[in-house]
Amino acid sequence: MSGQFDIAVIGGGVVGLAILRRFAMAGLNSVLLERGADILSGASKANSALLHTGFDAPPGSLELACMQAGYAEYLAIRDKLNLPLVKSSALVVAWTDEEVAKLDGIVAKAHANGVNDVRRINSNELRAAEPHLSNLAHDAVRVPGEHIIDPWSAPLAYAHQALAHGAVILRNAEVTGGKFANGMWTLASRAGDVAARIVINAAGNFGDLVEAIARPSPFRITPRKGQFVVFDKSAAQCVNAIILPVPSERTKGVVLFRTAFGNLAIGPTAEDVDEREIATCDTATLERLKARAIEMVPALAGVGVNAIYAGLRPATEHKDYVIEAVGPGNWITVGGIRSTGLTAALGIASHVIRLYTEHFGRLPDPPEPIWTPVPNLTEDRHRPYQDGGEIVCHCEWVTRGEIERAMESPLPAGDLNGLKRRTRAMMGRCQGFNCSAHVAAIFREKIHGTA
Amino acid sequence: MEQRDVVIIGGGPAGLAAARRLADLGVTSVTVLEREQEAGGIPRHCGHSGFGWQSHRRIWTGPRFAGELRRSVEGLDIRTGSTVLKIEPDSIIRIQNNNGVTELQARRILIATGTRETPRAARLIGGSRPQGVMNTGALQAHIYLRQHKPFARPVIIGSEWVSFSAILTCRHLGIKPVAMIEENARISAPRPGDLIANLLYGVPVWTRTKLIAIEGRTQVESIEIECDGVRRHVACDGVILTGQFEPDASLLMNKADVMLAGNVQGQLKTSGVCWREGRDAAERLARELA
Repeated sequence: MSGQFDIAVIGGGVVGLAILRRFAMAGLNSVLLERGADILSGASKANSALLHTGFDAPPGSLELACMQAGYAEYLAIRDKLNLPLVKSSALVVAWTDEEVAKLDGIVAKAHANGVNDVRRINSNELRAAEPHLSNLAHDAVRVPGEHIIDPWSAPLAYAHQALAHGAVILRNAEVTGGKFANGMWTLASRAGDVAARIVINAAGNFGDLVEAIARPSPFRITPRKGQFVVFDKSAAQCVNAIILPVPSERTKGVVLFRTAFGNLAIGPTAEDVDEREIATCDTATLERLKARAIEMVPALAGVGVNAIYAGLRPATEHKDYVIEAVGPGNWITVGGIRSTGLTAALGIASHVIRLYTEHFGRLPDPPEPIWTPVPNLTEDRHRPYQDGGEIVCHCEWVTRGEIERAMESPLPAGDLNGLKRRTRAMMGRCQGFNCSAHVAAIFREKIHGTA
Repeated sequence: MEQRDVVIIGGGPAGLAAARRLADLGVTSVTVLEREQEAGGIPRHCGHSGFGWQSHRRIWTGPRFAGELRRSVEGLDIRTGSTVLKIEPDSIIRIQNNNGVTELQARRILIATGTRETPRAARLIGGSRPQGVMNTGALQAHIYLRQHKPFARPVIIGSEWVSFSAILTCRHLGIKPVAMIEENARISAPRPGDLIANLLYGVPVWTRTKLIAIEGRTQVESIEIECDGVRRHVACDGVILTGQFEPDASLLMNKADVMLAGNVQGQLKTSGVCWREGRDAAERLARELA
């Protein structure tokens, strides 16, 4: 890679892309290095895709501040980038007397966090709001501001907007080392050397390993695995709000939620693992998740499972995010962004911009922003098939045009998984029984010019 | 809104047989809606022999049979590239096609949308999620429709009739399955199947063996299996999940008043039986409409 950049972001997850977007929009010459074949192939590829208010985040934490700033900015820019929002609200449901006893504390914490519309509802109100929920559900706390988004549209939009502002995104570009000399970093990567004035480590599950390039890492990543089960679309009508459990010390617990695509999903589990890259599912856990969903909503008993997935969130020994500038070393650390990254990403990016100006100088006058709306994938808004065209994926009603556009965009899908994420092709109830050969042929044609 | 006496959803053996028979019985206001670009159904990508006996007293390959079915309905109103989005009350059918979304009202609806195999997710199979895991139906589409070889040494999970079709499909492009794996003590297909697999095609059949997990980073690298309580890993680069058919019944969710024919009814039947069911359904419909 020739030329010198102002900013090099390591990690093409939602956090890295949001940071890249802000620096590119500020007029700095920025590059992002992603180790995977496509963006969003690490921690960001598998999450519950919820937009959180921060009502249950640790009071006074950086995490809470970033979540709330991120939440506000998401709502502010979502029309310009065509990002989804399903205003579902959430219910923290108590299933036992001990959990009922904790509800007032949850309301108090929410209010302390500035989420003032959170309130308790009794079992009658709960029954009226969620008629399909099991009778075992007691009282609940209603959180009106918790919403459903989708895991891929937002980070893809951030990437496209960064590209429109001149940023460079390198994929298959794992960073293997780096040297800092004369005020300049030279990063060694599988895509070649990259020279940049400031390096930002947003490497997710590899954050502590990347940090070691600059200094002994102030945190250690202990990846926490979450498995999910996604039910068929016929199940989505069984639940209105996001059904949250009363959280334990360690985890927010297993959530039952509709997806922006019209499915119903349950997860994540919280399993400490050594593996940083591959998140595996196991049958026993999937069966437990499925059984738990049926326990919560008995009507799910006959409903089929459409998809299973697992993700790794970059947990550390610290309760809070680790975001700091290493002044003399021209390095900014963005570590331990575990399960709230999708909500917080835009807020984290603003925080990083602040750190930059505090430590490394003023930003130039920004150019006029260029807005790059992404294609809509969610069923509650207009979809391309409604205008006609050949449907290739019959479960998710994905057209040939959508697939071709995903392959012709400024950041075309790097692999079939990337194509799935961009279009939802092969993600429906038949999981590619009908269309996978066709989709793969279009992919090969676009990549190699031959099917 | 356009009105039809009969709308047949699905242009496979059952749907096309019904259309042909209705025309022969003088019911002319009939439309077949097929979501693929070409009618014929699953036989279109079953490249091996064994089709056509019940309908034509011939033994053809699947594509040949599908072609003959298409020929038999030439001149009838077969609309390909037409996806039924939803069946609304009063038998109003919402259809997507090249031009957009339209509606069609039918006096009678015949659903012949067929069946498909249970995919990996619904089987709750553990492990990672690399490329190279697919059902037999998808494998056939890769091999017969696209001449694409998705792997070289897959394992075949299950031992129903379709599992042997998976072996034949593999052979078409020189793919050599490592083994056929069956959870039960005996194979699901009738008895000589295991001998055929082993002796004729050199594919060992491992019974009482359960697939535990699929392993691999981008492509399948191995699987973990369990037999008699002992677990071990087997190297392979693909997993073919065969059988466990379930009807493609998503249109039945709103409990509209419809008639069914062919494999959408549940139990898996041959294309010949589906063809006969389509014809029988047409006769019932013709009587009802008379």
